[in-house]
Amino acid sequence: MSAGNAAGNVHVEVLHDHDEAAHGTLKSYTIGFVLSVILTAIPFWLVMGHVIVDSQLNAIVIMAFGAVQIVVHMHYFLHMNTKSEGGWTFLALVFTVVMVAITLAGSIWVMYHMNGNMMPMKPADMSTMKM
Amino acid sequence: MTRSPEALADDGVLKFYVAGDDGHGHAEGGTMIGFWIYLMSDCLIFASLFACYAVYGHAYAAGPSPADLFELPTVALNTALLLFSSITYGFAMLAMEKNNRAVTIFWMLVTAAFGMGFVYLELNEFAHLIHEGAGPQRSAFLSSFFTLVGTHGLHVSVGILWMFVLMIQVAWKGLGPENKRRLMCLSMFWHFLDVVWIGVFSFVYLVSVLP
Repeated sequence: MSAGNAAGNVHVEVLHDHDEAAHGTLKSYTIGFVLSVILTAIPFWLVMGHVIVDSQLNAIVIMAFGAVQIVVHMHYFLHMNTKSEGGWTFLALVFTVVMVAITLAGSIWVMYHMNGNMMPMKPADMSTMKM
Repeated sequence: MTRSPEALADDGVLKFYVAGDDGHGHAEGGTMIGFWIYLMSDCLIFASLFACYAVYGHAYAAGPSPADLFELPTVALNTALLLFSSITYGFAMLAMEKNNRAVTIFWMLVTAAFGMGFVYLELNEFAHLIHEGAGPQRSAFLSSFFTLVGTHGLHVSVGILWMFVLMIQVAWKGLGPENKRRLMCLSMFWHFLDVVWIGVFSFVYLVSVLP
């Protein structure tokens, strides 16, 4: 991106820098891989080793590890940053994250309340219901 | 896509833009951002399938539950295969950077092998579930499970097909700008599938089997 305002031999250097940023290096891939292995192994260990007794807490911890690992993948494997393509890839990502959040949270919220109100009731409940 | 910057170069006045474009190395007139937007729309498909699973995941219809069905060691192996395939594709990209055709194809082959191992294990799991009478028609939970995991598996299968097509293209035509652009797109696609799989193994497998 910044290559446009550079000139002469400086230009070549910027180009090179940018290329590395776009593809990653052996080091960045290795760091990403090691982090991913750790972030994958811990949730599997938590579940398969029955480490956390409280299921709800366990679920939150697993999802948190998943979220961190997604960020790691985005950074080290997909080379996502706020500057590539003039910031448009990042903007598209932010937009998608908002849409995904609305889709997930909205569906779960609405359907949870639907379930609460619509699930089959006990016969005793039926008799008191005003038709 | 590649032709328009070249045409501008003849213009003389706009040479500055050509130099700027070259600074991207492989921007190729917006292919990357376009492919990224495709991936983001794919992400929305997966988000709605995840939402379906979140809603139907407990609707067992008196049938088997995740704890009865899922075998976590297999899932762990699947996850490992996909993770290894991510870094081997990274190695292919590094070889591509060095314009090393043979090494690029070698790492793509390794990546495809890991991918095929993943698809094989997944199909095995599906066959096993269906054989046990826990097919997609058994309950809403299993319908949403098969749809979500199956859609991901289909993406991986298409990615493997794409990888073989690209291997032939690279072997045939070498690592020109067009093939590099294609390799970059497949790289994004492949790593994106690994990102989706993080959601699958965390939310569908691990969280579901909790007591």
